[in-house]
Amino acid sequence: MPSHRPGLYIHIPFCTRKCLYCGFYSVPSPSHGLVSAWLSSLKHEVLHYRHSFAAFDTLYLGGGTPTCLPSEILSDLMEWVLKHLPFSSDSQFFIEANPGDLTKEKIEAIKAMGFNRINVGIQSFCDPELKFLGRRHDATEAVLALQRLKDACVESIGIDLIYGLPEQSMDEWLRTLESTISFRPEHISCYELTYEKGTPMWEMKKQKEIRPIDEDTERDFFLMTDRFLEEHGYIHYEISNFAKEKRFISRHNIKYWQHVPYLGLGPAAHSFCGSRRWWNVRDIKTYCKLLEQGKVPVEGSEVLTDEQILMEYVFLGLRTVKGIDIKRIADIPGATETIYRLEQQGFFNIKNGTAIPTLKGFLMADTLSSILLT
Amino acid sequence: MPEIRNFSIIAHIDHGKSTLADRLIQMSDLVGKRNFRNQILDNMDIERERGITIKSQAITLPYTNAEGKNFEFNLIDTPGHVDFSYEVSRALASCEGVLLLVDASQGVEAQTIANLFLAMEHDLEIIPVINKIDLPSADIDRVKNEIEEELGLDPDGALLCSAKEGTGIIEIFDAIATFIPPPSMDIDAPLSALIFDAHYDPFRGSIISCRVFAGQVRAGDTIRLMSNNTTYKVEEVGIFRLEREPRQALYAGEVGYIIAGIKTVSDTRVGDTITLDKRPAPKPLPGFTEVKPVVFSSVYPVSSEDFTSLSDALAKYKLNDASLIFQKDSSAALGMGFRCGFLGLLHLEVFQERLEREFDQYIVMTVPSVEYRFLLSNGETVTIDNPLYYPDPATIVKAMEPYIRASILIPERYVGQVMELCMERRGVNSKLNYTSRQRVELQFDLPLAEVIFDFYDRLKSVTQGYGSFDYDILDYRENDLVKLDILVNEEKVDALCQIVHRDRARIRALAVCERLKNEIPRHMFKIPIQGAIGGNIIARTTIPPFRKDVTAKCYGGDISRKRKLLEKQKRGKKRMKMIGSVNIPQSAFVAVFKTDT
Repeated sequence: MPSHRPGLYIHIPFCTRKCLYCGFYSVPSPSHGLVSAWLSSLKHEVLHYRHSFAAFDTLYLGGGTPTCLPSEILSDLMEWVLKHLPFSSDSQFFIEANPGDLTKEKIEAIKAMGFNRINVGIQSFCDPELKFLGRRHDATEAVLALQRLKDACVESIGIDLIYGLPEQSMDEWLRTLESTISFRPEHISCYELTYEKGTPMWEMKKQKEIRPIDEDTERDFFLMTDRFLEEHGYIHYEISNFAKEKRFISRHNIKYWQHVPYLGLGPAAHSFCGSRRWWNVRDIKTYCKLLEQGKVPVEGSEVLTDEQILMEYVFLGLRTVKGIDIKRIADIPGATETIYRLEQQGFFNIKNGTAIPTLKGFLMADTLSSILLT
Repeated sequence: MPEIRNFSIIAHIDHGKSTLADRLIQMSDLVGKRNFRNQILDNMDIERERGITIKSQAITLPYTNAEGKNFEFNLIDTPGHVDFSYEVSRALASCEGVLLLVDASQGVEAQTIANLFLAMEHDLEIIPVINKIDLPSADIDRVKNEIEEELGLDPDGALLCSAKEGTGIIEIFDAIATFIPPPSMDIDAPLSALIFDAHYDPFRGSIISCRVFAGQVRAGDTIRLMSNNTTYKVEEVGIFRLEREPRQALYAGEVGYIIAGIKTVSDTRVGDTITLDKRPAPKPLPGFTEVKPVVFSSVYPVSSEDFTSLSDALAKYKLNDASLIFQKDSSAALGMGFRCGFLGLLHLEVFQERLEREFDQYIVMTVPSVEYRFLLSNGETVTIDNPLYYPDPATIVKAMEPYIRASILIPERYVGQVMELCMERRGVNSKLNYTSRQRVELQFDLPLAEVIFDFYDRLKSVTQGYGSFDYDILDYRENDLVKLDILVNEEKVDALCQIVHRDRARIRALAVCERLKNEIPRHMFKIPIQGAIGGNIIARTTIPPFRKDVTAKCYGGDISRKRKLLEKQKRGKKRMKMIGSVNIPQSAFVAVFKTDT
């Protein structure tokens, strides 16, 4: 459920190996030395923010692949964080996990550290697709990992999927969705494959080694995903996110879409508070060096004007079923009339002064934001 | 007293005229290399970028030869494009000789010949100079052969140089001193000076560049411009060095400037004769004509509240460009704007670039048009340069359009392709002359309207760069001319309509539709684009709508990125024109007249 209390994000910049599509900052198979240097720097960074934020009610350990680190390191980190940063009693603790790492022992260790929400990077239940994406696990491992999580009675299991791969058929995607719901996960994220600049996948597209699916197919995938998951009782609450029930809507992620403060720690992490956004240096060595020198590892920051805040409010509002409060856009020239016109065209439902994007609206969210804002 | 020589450099475009001018300036006694800047004669950025010289200017170069004799060489620069041939002729009328520059690998081209004829008409001494001899592709023997066969000049007199490397420059100076005759210097006759250029100075008004043929002029004199008998009091006279250098007087034979409190360059017409009010010359110097625009287009601000700013910019622009004409105009699609007349398409393009670059105007220009004449059933003849005012077709008895005589110089092997291009452009009365064994001059009568689009670009491309082109305006001829309307999303866009020959209407319409399809961004709805004559749709295409447009992920760092993208789009919208519910980018209006059929 939404809250206005801040969230904490910690970026784990390591993984066993890089997936071909991944544009996040991470160092594959790090040396022991690098991991300990990072941990000690991160501890320093935690101390920097000791008194800056009110009690957090979420913690999200993302990456990279947090579970590729040994449990001792993870629990060392968690102990430190919980000791030095304030958390409210009902806090939710999220961790991203690779199915290949989820042994019974690992799951128990993670639970013992306090994590009650585990998001598993399943991506697909189809081996050739997993291979294409450059994942290190296969479908069998994925199934095993999910069964173990079920057996361990984790409070909330999240499954992350990727669709829209070149040459992927709708049937193949539906099979992945069917396998997914057979575990009745509390949360499902379905991301269309994006070609991020600088990744091998982007390069393959550029060299025309692979041919991305066309826009009509993208549309069919998107609509089919929505239809399938809604039929199975899931709430499509954000463009790429579904929850089994309202209470399983990701309390952490919605902070990003509602300008709720969040603190991001670790290389390349972004933070937001009030009207200020800042981001850490990407390079892990620079990150460690700055912290060793007693400095914050911030690379840049921006202070948003009211106009910019409003702009973000609109395009973020277009992404979730929370929608846009029409009163708030009164000052954008033409926006109010436009939003009523777009309602007529089926892109919004307007209830009690709030414009909530329809499925058609989700599908065209970027165009809608251009229409309303430019 | 130094001896005077007045000369110009004439050349086909890109044969290195500006580079040679630079070298002459650099190696004269005028400048050290210290304050030298490439291509000094070209003041404007665009000219430097495009490698063409648009406004003529002059410079006086002191030179001392090996025997210690002193000279003053007046170099009069000329514009290097067919649109400006009148200005070229006035510059040449101010000289006694020319350097005829020929590229050592390109050889003789159409403008080389056109310029040679101009120089011969003015009885000028012609010194052929072969430039770019440093290039690996240089073929001096072939070029000498062309100079002899195609130009009828003595190839042994041709000088060799590389303006880029600075070789052969001294020989050029000596040839100027030796072969170009000194001007006649009758300083006691009544003043008679030819205006060959004028440019605007915000503090001094019009700065007249002139060549004094007889008499003398000094500050305090009252001068009279003979074309309209206006009189002005001279404030300052002088010569052009790197900057203006005032002198006591300008005497017969000299080239220099006159400042006389004349507010705009439009009051100082190129080709006019300056004389003294008290003691006028018996008759003006020959050759004065008023230049008339031949290409017309309307210019609109992208956002209608910028009309005043555009209006100011045009007024300022006009200060320095006497050949631009403009008057208020309005369009249903584009609002208030101006109808402008240009000497040619290049003139138009330069105008467009300078307005944007130097005057910060975001503008939309309509499809260029020539001046059409229509004989109506009531016996009246109307002249129309704006397709919007195409008369009711039921009343048209006879439609007429201007023709040019094109002279196209090409290697023989391209005759087929160029004939085809000219026929496609409705060319008639072709004539073929062999200027040498491998080279042909093709003459064609072509409708001017067919040439103002991209004829020259197409000629270059079908001849792989070997074709060159020059033209003269001929006369008006009767044709079946119709108005082609363009509809975007069922709405007629008046700024896109054009007058075309009936036989060419469909192919032009298809090309315009395709261009628009490529330039107009997709919208949420399907946008039909149609070409129509009257109520008949003759071409059609469709811009498909967005089917899906959403970013999969939007977390921490993605949010700033997305916002910056929207902010950029918002700035971009300033360059879009909303027609009905469709945003048409400025580039779409431009793309339409780059059409290649």
